[in-house]
Amino acid sequence: SSIGDLMAMPTSPGTDLLSPAAPQDTSLLSSPSFLVSSPLMYGTPSSRMEGTPRSGVRGTPARQRPDLGSVRKAPQVDLQSEQPVSDATVGSEPSGGQRLVIWGTDVNVNICKEKFQRFVQRFVDPTSTEDENAGLDLNEPLYSQKLEEISVVGDPVLNVNCRHLQSFDAELYRQLVSYPQEVIPTFDMAINDLFFDRFPDSFLEYQIQVRPYNALKTRNMRSLNPEDIDQLITISGMVIRTSQLIPEMQEAFFQCSICGASARVEVDRGRIAEPAACRHCNVSHSMALIHNRSLFSDKQMVKIQESPEDMPAGQTPHTIVVYAHNDLVDKVQPGDRINITGIYRAVPMRANPLQSSVKSVYKTHIDVIHFRKTDEKRLHGLDEDAEQKLFTEDRVQSLKELSLKPDVYERLASALAPSIYEHEDIKKGILLQLFGGSRKDFSQTGRGHFRAEVNILLCGDPGTSKSQLLQYVYNLVPRGQYTSGKGSSAVGLTAYVMKDPETRQLVLQTGALVLSDNGICCIDEFDKMSDNTRSVLHEVMEQQTLSIAKAGIICQLNARTAVLAAANPVESQWNPKKTTIENIQLPHTLLSRFDLIFLMLDPQDEAYDRRLAHHLVSLYYHGEEQMEEEFLDMSVLKDYIAYARTYISPRLSEEASQALIEAYVDMRKIGSGRGMVSAYPRQLESLIRLSEAHAKVRFSERVETIDVEEAKRLHREALKQSATDPRTGFVDISILTTGMSATARKRKEEVAQALKKMIQTKARTPAMKYQQLLEELRAQSETAVTKELFDEALRALADEDYLTVTGKTVRLLA
Amino acid sequence: MSSTHDWINNPLGVVKEMFDMSHNNSTSGWEEKVVKFFKEQLKEKDARTAVPSLNDVPLHYLKPNSLVKFRCFIQDMFDPEFYMGAYETVDPSSKAKMMQCGKYKDVAECSVDFHSSNTVNAERQTFYCVPVPGESPWVKERYASESQGRVVPSTSYAPSRQKRSYEDDDDMDTHPQKQREPNSAVGPQSPDNHHGNADCKRQETEAPSSQAASASHLDLNFPLPGEKGPSCLVKVYEDWDSFKLNDMLEVYGILSVSPVLSVLADEKETSSSLLDPTDSMETAAEQRVHCPPASLVPRLHLVHSQRLLHNNPLMPLTVMEQNTAFLSSTLSEMAAVRAELLTYFTHVLLGDTLAAEYLILHLISNVYNRRDVLPLGKFTLNLSGCPTVGSYTERLYHIIQQLVPSSFYLGMTLQNLNQMRLVPKKDYVANRLVSGALQVPKNTSLFLDETRLEQGQLDTAGVHNVTALGNLISWQKVDYDFNFHQMEFPCNVNVLVTSEGRSLLPSDCQIHLQPQIPPSQIEEYLSSLHVPSDSSSQVNKFRIFLGVARLLDYSISDEVTKSVEDDFVDMRKDDPQSVSAEDLHRMLVVARLLSLSLGQTTLCRDSWMRAKHIEMQRKTRVEQQKCVNGNEP
Repeated sequence: SSIGDLMAMPTSPGTDLLSPAAPQDTSLLSSPSFLVSSPLMYGTPSSRMEGTPRSGVRGTPARQRPDLGSVRKAPQVDLQSEQPVSDATVGSEPSGGQRLVIWGTDVNVNICKEKFQRFVQRFVDPTSTEDENAGLDLNEPLYSQKLEEISVVGDPVLNVNCRHLQSFDAELYRQLVSYPQEVIPTFDMAINDLFFDRFPDSFLEYQIQVRPYNALKTRNMRSLNPEDIDQLITISGMVIRTSQLIPEMQEAFFQCSICGASARVEVDRGRIAEPAACRHCNVSHSMALIHNRSLFSDKQMVKIQESPEDMPAGQTPHTIVVYAHNDLVDKVQPGDRINITGIYRAVPMRANPLQSSVKSVYKTHIDVIHFRKTDEKRLHGLDEDAEQKLFTEDRVQSLKELSLKPDVYERLASALAPSIYEHEDIKKGILLQLFGGSRKDFSQTGRGHFRAEVNILLCGDPGTSKSQLLQYVYNLVPRGQYTSGKGSSAVGLTAYVMKDPETRQLVLQTGALVLSDNGICCIDEFDKMSDNTRSVLHEVMEQQTLSIAKAGIICQLNARTAVLAAANPVESQWNPKKTTIENIQLPHTLLSRFDLIFLMLDPQDEAYDRRLAHHLVSLYYHGEEQMEEEFLDMSVLKDYIAYARTYISPRLSEEASQALIEAYVDMRKIGSGRGMVSAYPRQLESLIRLSEAHAKVRFSERVETIDVEEAKRLHREALKQSATDPRTGFVDISILTTGMSATARKRKEEVAQALKKMIQTKARTPAMKYQQLLEELRAQSETAVTKELFDEALRALADEDYLTVTGKTVRLLA
Repeated sequence: MSSTHDWINNPLGVVKEMFDMSHNNSTSGWEEKVVKFFKEQLKEKDARTAVPSLNDVPLHYLKPNSLVKFRCFIQDMFDPEFYMGAYETVDPSSKAKMMQCGKYKDVAECSVDFHSSNTVNAERQTFYCVPVPGESPWVKERYASESQGRVVPSTSYAPSRQKRSYEDDDDMDTHPQKQREPNSAVGPQSPDNHHGNADCKRQETEAPSSQAASASHLDLNFPLPGEKGPSCLVKVYEDWDSFKLNDMLEVYGILSVSPVLSVLADEKETSSSLLDPTDSMETAAEQRVHCPPASLVPRLHLVHSQRLLHNNPLMPLTVMEQNTAFLSSTLSEMAAVRAELLTYFTHVLLGDTLAAEYLILHLISNVYNRRDVLPLGKFTLNLSGCPTVGSYTERLYHIIQQLVPSSFYLGMTLQNLNQMRLVPKKDYVANRLVSGALQVPKNTSLFLDETRLEQGQLDTAGVHNVTALGNLISWQKVDYDFNFHQMEFPCNVNVLVTSEGRSLLPSDCQIHLQPQIPPSQIEEYLSSLHVPSDSSSQVNKFRIFLGVARLLDYSISDEVTKSVEDDFVDMRKDDPQSVSAEDLHRMLVVARLLSLSLGQTTLCRDSWMRAKHIEMQRKTRVEQQKCVNGNEP
């Protein structure tokens, strides 16, 4: 019912206009024009604001800051005399002010004010990359420009990055963190003085409020302890619950039921001192509370839970209660990842006079001053910030050292899933997938974003630890999803619309692919997926978006996810006599979207078996310690990847570009003689991505030739494994893309050379019989020459423009 | 001996003494002294048994503020709380100030001076602990009989609690079954449990006679349905980061059942007002979970705790190496006991020796290590071909329950799969982890009875449950549902799946039961099935055998490694299709378990050959079965 009263307030302004305090809570009054026209806007400040210094600035109303707690009328103390100083003039004199501090702190109001004004006027951060500062001149004082912005936009909030403050004035920063309740109002005062000096004519709804954020003491929720009480802290977490709006009384309005005289009482720490008698008519107990003339402010309880990343294993996440006030209400929704800056509070249980004992526990909460969503733009654009994990100096140093090692690539690859034996190239491929390419934005030229993620398909015999690799990757990356093709439907992968049980509204629930945006989506049993389900992957794997049009919701979601899929052959055992396509029965349109396709086969060779057996046996009996020494720790690997993904975005060097062009042209050449397209731009893009990823592994900002070489090698290896035509023995690009196994190519070249020689030694007849030529070649060569091989050799010579084959005759050219 | 009684009966006195002493001569470190004192006291031989146990002594027999022990399982971890570690009181009449110690207490004296600068704030962590889920009755009895002897002189305890004894007696003595019934009938996750009981608290105080009924509304959040026993809020003061969810603990703590705790909670609910910020902070549901009445969920202020490696009362608590005498005597008997057990299991498994062999291996399996995501040592057994007559699987379960310390039977009926909560889920309204049947301590035997499965449709919950079971078996982990994200908790559960054909769940090893009894006589045979009596020395030997074999260390010498490798290469040469890396994995586990079951801590050639042999036997049997059934994959 009290909410109803509140809502009614703006519609009955008559009563409020009479009171001078009314405009102070402007948030409840919807129309600002009414404020302008009101003569009461300017003039005497409210009685309750007398204690606060903010009312002085040109009559712009100050707004109470419940986030700082009830206004503490803390006396200032002269350090020398230890006497409360009541005379404000003493404080204004600089000489006397030196020793004057707010009681219980070491904060001197005037010095603090001056320091902050200096900070605002002088602080320059040329390296700022924050998105808030977009459009500002980075070589000008940052916060001065922000003040200008405030004068234009009229949103009287100044967010101050504590990191800036610290670099500018460490002492001021320390005071801010230790005594936020005293220092922030001082900042408010300072900023308003400054603002109204510069923009004397500007009109603001209420006075500017300073909101510091990013206190360097950024804490994990777990490390909060009793020492942090009443200090400024920044913690990160995830919103799990928000309460309804709670109207909190700021000022109670009492009216005498006898004479109608009214009185206003400010709420102090949740209590109202009810007037015992009417001051006007002196009748006792005649004052009654009038609800709808009292002042309320908005308040909301928000529950924050530790982010899953910074939790120790085997424990449950902690939660903490946060109170948002006024315009911060309803700024966050459950599920949001946020950084909050606020003051940590502990409220003791109140003693109840009726009981002989009291619970000795404090209730703790945070009064929020600033919310910062870390995944704010997930659905809109890139959010490199969000991924930013804080690395300690030491860690960065050790990671950089590691990156300088010449064998860092091999080291990292072998650290990946050490329990899985060999498959070095597959691990390298997955490693490059974990790093990913550089993001490129071509939206200016109309092609939109280029995919930076590397997609990998593993196929092969059951029981070759494909699932285990997937599980490992899923556990390694912070935003990974693991699904099984068998158990997932199209909607489970993309998004579905459902009715929210509480609000009865249609809401979009995101599926695995959207959830793994910026991560890796591991899909096991890819082949078991229904065609319907698989079809949604087409869009995701190239455009990296998901379009949804259902139940009145039409939207496009980002799904910049790398796909790591595993497929089993149809006949449960890989049939080497069949092609990859035939073995796994996946449409080639989908297959071509994988950058790398690896076969995981049982090599069936004795030496391999022996090594495998040795590996497994030692796995089963060596202790954890011995194994740890050999390989990098999983956490190091995690950090290494996170660091590279965040900070390194390599660009192609000139040589690398040349090398890539060559590689691509080579690939195109292979098939062109046979009149088929053997490599598409897609393959070139794959190569670029892989080279970039390899450069990232080296922490290099430039893609060098060695990166291209490795990308080429890996790409070729993958193709060799997966794109070899079992019938002809060479890689046939019509299967996947193009490429050829090195051995097959060599053999073909040998035969072609032999053939050429043979033709040259023979009489130079311009035309020869096909059959005859084959028989002669067979007679001449030591190894068997199959018809296919012969065809290939002819084709190779045709590629050289040496001869042409027409029907059953072979003609020499030139 | 009188001092013993002092520290057990009045531990707070000890604490206060040390606190005062430190306060007078300003030497800090009294906190460590307290911890050390209790640790020393409990080291003494009989001291542990002298402390009454919350597991077997009804709560109302225990003296408030005395030292008790509790064998429990950490089901949930609450947020840390700040409390007054030390505070000053002012005597209202004399105005004399006194320092008080707030540690190990829930309530402070009323005349606290909140503005005193001497107040010391401190932090502690609360764990919600329940009795060990799935603990077999024989374990409970055994533990009880060990400590009972010294504890029960109840007459001296009973009168100490004047205020609540009437209701409690009434509640505890006459209604334990009643209290349990609704629980077991509706299962732990019945939605009704959470609703419609907003007023139950008021009922409790107004009408104590109806308490039993309303008590069942207070969901104590036991992981397994049909459990009973006290649950406890354990307040931990030191080193709480070392505790993990799902740990099995023996905690020694100061019992706090002050009725003030519930009164405070009560009063808050009624006086909730707009102006008090602390009131709107918690919902009623959260209130109920975090401040349940102390008579139902007592508080324990932990002074000493020990992580339990096992809950087998027949084995020494401490690490095996320290008990060489016990170890060597058991090891020498191992082979003999194993033979007996094999004979017995052969009898139980209808004369199938091979299946009996595998059952032994399964029961002593244990995840002893993890290589990144791969758990090593797990050995999930799928016992297919179980007769469906005469509730054979239930009988089998009861026999296993008689031998292992904790176990749980999950009939995989459609109803169970669709409705049961297997995976724990965070309830953000009440701010607690709602438990599920897969939240069990390590080395619990989970018995999945697939013979109960009938045709029908699995709904979403059912599919999730089956996936969860599959994950548990393959990776030995459970992904707890935190609504916005999932969190992975590793576990170590022995899963035995009984089915008619091959199980729909994955398993490490499938063995098809080949009864030596003609089908017509099975029912008769079953009725005469010998169930081990609880007290026989044989059954105790089995229990020790299974417990010890699981904890033994194991290694493989270099020569044997070599010969195993050779063997593998040879096998691959002969038939590369049928022997894969997975087979080697399994054979290594079988060899390991086989050696351990014989009390050998290193692999010898014989055991390896034997492992190979029984694996071959099993494989041929599975092949045969495939031929018989034809269409099975």
